[in-house]
Amino acid sequence: MDIIFMLIVTSLIIAVIFFILFVKSVKSGQYDDVYTPSVRMLFDDELITEKQKKESNSNK
Amino acid sequence: MSKNPCYHCGTDCKSNPIEFDDKAFCCNGCKTVYEILNQNELSCYYDLESSPGSIPKEIQGKYDYLDNPDISNKITTFDDGSTTVVNLFIPSIHCSSCIWVLENLEKLNQGIKTTQVNFPKKELRITFKNEEISLRQVVELISSIGYEPYISLENSENASKVADKTIIYQIAIAGFAFGNIMMLSFPEYFEVDEFWLNRFKPFFRFLMFSFSVPVLVYAARDYFISAYLGLKKGLLNIDVPLSLGILVLFLRSSYEIFSNTGQGYFDSLAGLVFFLLLGKFFQKKTYSFLSFERDYKSYFPIAITRINKDQSHVTIVVNDIQKGDRILIRNEEIIPVDGILIKGNALIDYSFVTGESLPVIKRSGDKLYAGGKQTQGAIEMEALETVTQSYLTQLWSNDIFQKSNTRNIKTITDKISKHFTIIILLIAFLSGTYWYFHDLSTAFQVVSAVLIIACPCALAMSAPFALGNTLRIFGRHKFYLKNAGVIETMSKIDTLVFDKTGTITSNQHAEIVFEGEALDERETTCLKSLLRSSNHPLSRMLFDFLPGQTGEELPASFNEITGKGLEGKFNGLEFRIGSPGFLGIEVSENLSTYIFVKINGKVKGKFIFKNSYRENLKATFDSLYDYEKQILSGDNEGEKVYLSSLLPANSAIHFNQKPENKLFYIKKIQEAGKKVMMLGDGLNDAGALAQSDVGIAVSENINVFSPACDGILDASKFAQLPGFLKMSKKTMNIIVLSFIISLLYNTVGLYFAVTAQLSPVIAAILMPLSSISIVTFVTLSTNLVSKKILS
Repeated sequence: MDIIFMLIVTSLIIAVIFFILFVKSVKSGQYDDVYTPSVRMLFDDELITEKQKKESNSNK
Repeated sequence: MSKNPCYHCGTDCKSNPIEFDDKAFCCNGCKTVYEILNQNELSCYYDLESSPGSIPKEIQGKYDYLDNPDISNKITTFDDGSTTVVNLFIPSIHCSSCIWVLENLEKLNQGIKTTQVNFPKKELRITFKNEEISLRQVVELISSIGYEPYISLENSENASKVADKTIIYQIAIAGFAFGNIMMLSFPEYFEVDEFWLNRFKPFFRFLMFSFSVPVLVYAARDYFISAYLGLKKGLLNIDVPLSLGILVLFLRSSYEIFSNTGQGYFDSLAGLVFFLLLGKFFQKKTYSFLSFERDYKSYFPIAITRINKDQSHVTIVVNDIQKGDRILIRNEEIIPVDGILIKGNALIDYSFVTGESLPVIKRSGDKLYAGGKQTQGAIEMEALETVTQSYLTQLWSNDIFQKSNTRNIKTITDKISKHFTIIILLIAFLSGTYWYFHDLSTAFQVVSAVLIIACPCALAMSAPFALGNTLRIFGRHKFYLKNAGVIETMSKIDTLVFDKTGTITSNQHAEIVFEGEALDERETTCLKSLLRSSNHPLSRMLFDFLPGQTGEELPASFNEITGKGLEGKFNGLEFRIGSPGFLGIEVSENLSTYIFVKINGKVKGKFIFKNSYRENLKATFDSLYDYEKQILSGDNEGEKVYLSSLLPANSAIHFNQKPENKLFYIKKIQEAGKKVMMLGDGLNDAGALAQSDVGIAVSENINVFSPACDGILDASKFAQLPGFLKMSKKTMNIIVLSFIISLLYNTVGLYFAVTAQLSPVIAAILMPLSSISIVTFVTLSTNLVSKKILS
């Protein structure tokens, strides 16, 4: 059962690592704007199809 | 007339759309934007949203000042000689198409490297190579596609505003510690004297102690500071019993584990701080796209063109304008100083200053006041004052703008906590004395238990959650408050003071009335087709107002005399319309704006332009029956009779009020013991808004500009005002009710404490239970009440 010492310490170390990562991400401004990325991620596809359309039109 | 929306901006094209590429456009500007986007393979802008654009404005020469390195350095955030980064505030960002086109700017110009939109803040960050494109060209490029940035003195003065994220870290620490301590303390709650548990106990306890240290010194820091500051001023604010509770919790728990007499209350400690911080965070709702601190600086331009003696043009910062300087104001530019018009026809729009929707015509030699916007061609003027000394801007030298905003308002929580703290200390003392004589060892336990359990956690949370939630509800109804404290002040208001123009009148629509001999059908259509060729704002308004079609008959001759009127000939009809001076008519009184019409040398009559009052104004005023209502107007007495009919008899209505008069008037009635809410819109109300207990700016377009205030109300929701006021009162009632509930919890807890039965498990249950039930109660009840009142 003494393994529990190690288990708890390990789990705490992992938890602290995640905590540090969280603080870092807040500091770097990742949560400053949570709306725009949700819209932005939908755009890339459209830009490509637009280009392809142009290309296919010029091929004709 | 069928609705014919512009393909670009969605405005009704009326009867004369510009056809291009099989699409209808309302104006050349919109067509140009479409062309630019289409040529650069960006036309899928129009696939994302229908008619997403906004009409681009005339910008010729407006941004020349950005070539001045002194000015551009103030605006850019980063510049290493080859790459420049700039953040621009663009009020017209409003939909996903906007994000898309602005983030594909590099397609329009190779010099632009990357662009990134922050939608909630309506901000665009542009990185560009300054060898290939200058800042001025970047700004002109985005303006040309309808996204004109808002560059003002304010940006240049405090470019770096770093948001305070401390509370997020504090919550993170408290939450992290709370979860972990809870996990470590649970075994001891349910198992006593079990073999393995006894073996791990010291280890567990040590970990709990280490977790609670950062909670005490970092997360709970602000409560100790606030309590200390309160005590120094002789105030027993809510933070005094809170920090006392937190401190006693920590000391007693540490004593227990180090003396090996118990497991301590560390989980309650971390939980308490965590919940308190959550409440604080919830209350701090901010509307990042609005600013409540603006003064004239954020509205005035940064730079202006000065004309030197040798007729050369120089761009100078507006603060450098000296008395006697000759300055050039271009179309759509704002006049930064008081001055005399020297050259050109001025048509000044003072809507941001006074709320007056109709532009004013000025001739050379007339005095121009700072804050107006030139709307027709370029003018030259001579400055009579410096920027800070102008009629409007000297308002800001008043003391009221120097004071920091933290007026010491005693909140309801602080009022209760004063009595609460005294009672708690008394109970602790009495029960301590009782146990001192019965059982000395329990006396210490009882006193600390009383201080722990009486820690007014639920009490401290009910107000932040109730106010924070109401703040959000108001926000959903387009009433944006600066902070939650405004709601409490609002509930105590007994006097409402309204500005007239732009506040209770709408500056979007003018009401037009014709006085004189009625025009027949042909005359009307001819007049309409004559007006079509004019771009004067009054002509546009009259054009929209006149019934019938145009186009059947075009004028044989047409002549527009800028600033005066129009002339035109039709078959058998000769029109002259415009100002009375132009038509040679003598006018006695000059209280309103009008256009005279003369046909074949005979005066037919005049079109009178009136500000239209907001819809249901009378009904809105009537439902505010238990408030004293007053009106302060900067205008003349032209509409006194109508205004008096809106208000109950003997209500105060004052006309010809200058900006300082308004401020002093508010001060005067405050000294008479009134709690005043001021509703205004323009810069001329700024003083009164700052002086009043609650200053609300009424705005037709919340993104554009509003003076410093406590709240911004979207003009379309003006009729909801009685509802908002009622809601603020109900919120305070809910808070009082939740105080009673939390006091019941405290009484139950005190019973355990005084009888020396407060075990850690009871504290661990009672504390979160009371907090969560209070939070649920206040949020549910505010939502319920708001549905009833505001729906």
